[in-house]
Amino acid sequence: MVDHFSSFHAGPPQAARRSLPLTESAGARTILITIALGFLLLFLLLPLVVVFAEALRMGLGSYWAAIREPEALAAIRLTLLTALTVVPLNAIFGIAAAWAITKFQFAGKNLLITLVDLPFSVSPVIGGMVFVLLFGRQGVFGPWFAAHDIKIIFAVPGIIIATLFVTLPFVARELIPLMQKQGTDYEEAALMLGASGWQTLFRITLPNIKWGLLYGVLLCNGRAIGEFGAVAVVSGHIVGLTTTMPLYIEVLYNDFNFPAAFAVASLLTLMAFVTLILKTILEWRAEQRLARGRLH
Amino acid sequence: MFGGATAIRQRSIIPGFELSLGVTLSYLGLIVIIPLCVLLLNASDAGWAKIWAELSSPRTLAAFRVSFGIAFLAAAFNAGFGFIVAWVLVRYQFLGRRFIDAMIDLPFALPTAVAGISLTQLYAEKGWLGSALAATGIKVAFTPLGILVALVFVGLPFVVRTVQPVLQDFDRETEEAGALLGASRTNILRRIVFPPLIPAVTTGFTLAFARGIGEYGSVIFIAGNMPGYSEIVPLLIIIKLEQFDYAGATVIAALMLVASFILLFTINLLQAWTRRQQGG
Amino acid sequence: MRIEVKDLTKRFDHTIVLDRINLEIRQKEFLGLLGPSGSGKTTLLRIIARLEFADSGVVEVDGRDVGTLGFEERKFGFVFQQYALFNHMTIFENVAFGLKVRPRGARPDKRAIAARVQELLELVQLGGFEDRFPAQLSGGQRQRVALARTLTIDPQVLLLDEPFGALDAKVRVELRRSLRNIHDATGLTTIFVTHDQEEALDLADRVAIMNRGVIEQIGTPIEVYESPKTPFIFDFLGHTNSFDCLIHYGKARLGDKELAVEPGIPDGRGVAFVRPHDIVLSPPNDLEPTQDAKLPGAAITRFVSARGQWAAVELLYEKRLIEAEISRERLNELGLSIGDKCTISLRLPRIYAKREAEKQTGIGDRAAARPRFRRRQRA
Repeated sequence: MVDHFSSFHAGPPQAARRSLPLTESAGARTILITIALGFLLLFLLLPLVVVFAEALRMGLGSYWAAIREPEALAAIRLTLLTALTVVPLNAIFGIAAAWAITKFQFAGKNLLITLVDLPFSVSPVIGGMVFVLLFGRQGVFGPWFAAHDIKIIFAVPGIIIATLFVTLPFVARELIPLMQKQGTDYEEAALMLGASGWQTLFRITLPNIKWGLLYGVLLCNGRAIGEFGAVAVVSGHIVGLTTTMPLYIEVLYNDFNFPAAFAVASLLTLMAFVTLILKTILEWRAEQRLARGRLH
Repeated sequence: MFGGATAIRQRSIIPGFELSLGVTLSYLGLIVIIPLCVLLLNASDAGWAKIWAELSSPRTLAAFRVSFGIAFLAAAFNAGFGFIVAWVLVRYQFLGRRFIDAMIDLPFALPTAVAGISLTQLYAEKGWLGSALAATGIKVAFTPLGILVALVFVGLPFVVRTVQPVLQDFDRETEEAGALLGASRTNILRRIVFPPLIPAVTTGFTLAFARGIGEYGSVIFIAGNMPGYSEIVPLLIIIKLEQFDYAGATVIAALMLVASFILLFTINLLQAWTRRQQGG
Repeated sequence: MRIEVKDLTKRFDHTIVLDRINLEIRQKEFLGLLGPSGSGKTTLLRIIARLEFADSGVVEVDGRDVGTLGFEERKFGFVFQQYALFNHMTIFENVAFGLKVRPRGARPDKRAIAARVQELLELVQLGGFEDRFPAQLSGGQRQRVALARTLTIDPQVLLLDEPFGALDAKVRVELRRSLRNIHDATGLTTIFVTHDQEEALDLADRVAIMNRGVIEQIGTPIEVYESPKTPFIFDFLGHTNSFDCLIHYGKARLGDKELAVEPGIPDGRGVAFVRPHDIVLSPPNDLEPTQDAKLPGAAITRFVSARGQWAAVELLYEKRLIEAEISRERLNELGLSIGDKCTISLRLPRIYAKREAEKQTGIGDRAAARPRFRRRQRA
């Protein structure tokens, strides 16, 4: 208010700014921006540049060759399989958890919310290791599974379960605050008009939360593809069979095959870019909707 | 008759309570709760002697020192720089601001293994930064300093993303009021602007710290993993598992888990504090 | 449909929201549930709709417990305070929703749905708005869409939660009329919740006035306005002037009159409540008895504001501010201006026990706090 007012009457805005200490001096601003940009350049941008520089060091030809290695392709396939299994399961879980938590009043709700968030605070290594304790050869259910010739640890199911653990909260934690804000009026209105529970879910609730759901799915997917610690524990690193892309990168790197390691890493980096871009678009959309909502 | 509302939950016209809560609890139970309980049970099965031996071994102690100490330093580093980044992003206009704002989340989106090998390559003796630093006698890769770099990268978004919204909602009229009352810029910042931001910075710090002590993927490449010097707890757990020392791994993991619970509890308190500050 | 509410009780945690409510709503009646916020009126409406559930008591429809009735048997239309229009659907889709979700056998075909939607949109005067989205409509239009959407299920009972609460004053009055017309045209039994006494008195056949979880009075608008049973109702339904009096052997001494009080009001300190339009002003020292209770002494004019046919006069009488409403003609006859003295008489005073009145309305504190700052205006 004051700023606008005085700048309106006292000529150029700089003059008004100088009269009241409402922002830092130009020098301080430049220094702060420089520090911030320098910090981000050092810790964000340089590591990114390195990925592509190292990946393309031997030229495009060997880059393509590294990616088309059968082991690399197997790793990509396994990573996609894991993401395609994990994301839908956690999305369904997220919807169910958010429905239970936001549409009903019951005792122990806050505890439940904390439990849903729990995997985020646990080291991913522990997230993987608990399944070794459960299904490993010395594990609780290990002997039973071994007797039935079902392999979970050092096999694909173990990788999927460990990834489920690590990425479990993503969708739920996006949907819970969103659905809390939307309240229960829409569902009640649909039910009063004779809709069934499923009709209400599919025709009213899901359309209302689709952007939040997409956002959660996006983050869940990014993490499922990139997860390393939890998967490292249960995978056994059998190249071509149980190595996801991040694990395959580790194998290549430890073999000093740096260009190949970075070639595969560059694919994951591109995926991270796509995630960031979509995320930004979704956030921008949400902002727009909020701004429009405020007008009414 | 209507039947009284039970103490457990209020009746509702909305269907699906049993189904949705059932799915939630079964899934959560199978994937998270039962596995973590098994871990804690296994640890307590190990017996006090084993627990004590495990936790008092120099290697374990050193790993905890490295993990917690460096995670603390990295979180503190991020608290400072993250605050400046949040400030610059919210308060100043400059070219590429929106782009940088979007890039802040890169450490969340980039797989940790990619960050790990990339940072290692950057700071290795022949790397772009490593060679420059080697000239001054500083070694980053394969030392605890390398772990610090990796944890700074991984924890970077936390402080920025907790401070940013608080700063955005900050009522600038209070600053104007301060200015009209004759306060200098330094005084306005110190007495009006910074105090309400303390809870957010603390929350961001704690989140970064919690992430740092459990981090694995970005660290192991750059750490060098020398026992007693640059070996982190998660790696020690994996090493013990690979040696089939399940009891040892379980005891250490259980201790980490307890530490995580304490941090989770702290974070919840801090977030409540942040909300109160924002509301009040 | 006739609705009967029997002994309904509802608690939230430890506060009683509804305390043994009994209420009968007659067939085709238009009933207003009126009360201040927190009086339990919305909870009662939501329990009748079965959006919420009582701790004890029953709601019966034509003598049958609603809990035992299926959707087809109890078609209750409910209009939400914020309308709860489906924002991702067009107006047409919103109104058609109730038809499209019917079970396959009972679902009308596409053309029948379109025709019915058309008919209902015409009824609420929104023909031609089919392809718009809720966000593109004004508040009043959205309210009408919500009403049309509710009518698709052919409800026999229409329940409205603060139907005009979110609208500005002018639209409110227009919509009131059209709601009343729709009610009359369709033969519905309608219950609506409001905190606006004018709205309730203007619109309803009968008004049930709620306070702190109980129904304090139920009756036609004229009944409740002219014979409010409790001081709370008197005060809630309009402006109140209060005058102290003494009750002795069931009679209250008020100015030059002795008035019989309602049975049940104990002897002792009493209070007379009078509406501004029931305050009669006459020249000072006018001792001529009339049928109204003439108060001794004189009041001093503090403020006069004339607008149209009516004039509001604020007076100071025995250290209390009195609001009077007189005709412009009378004002001119009296020639009152600020500082002038005049005599006050009370038409139709309602006598209550003073303790009750203070407890229910806070009238005691109000006398002291009453003088408001006002711009000086020409008399």
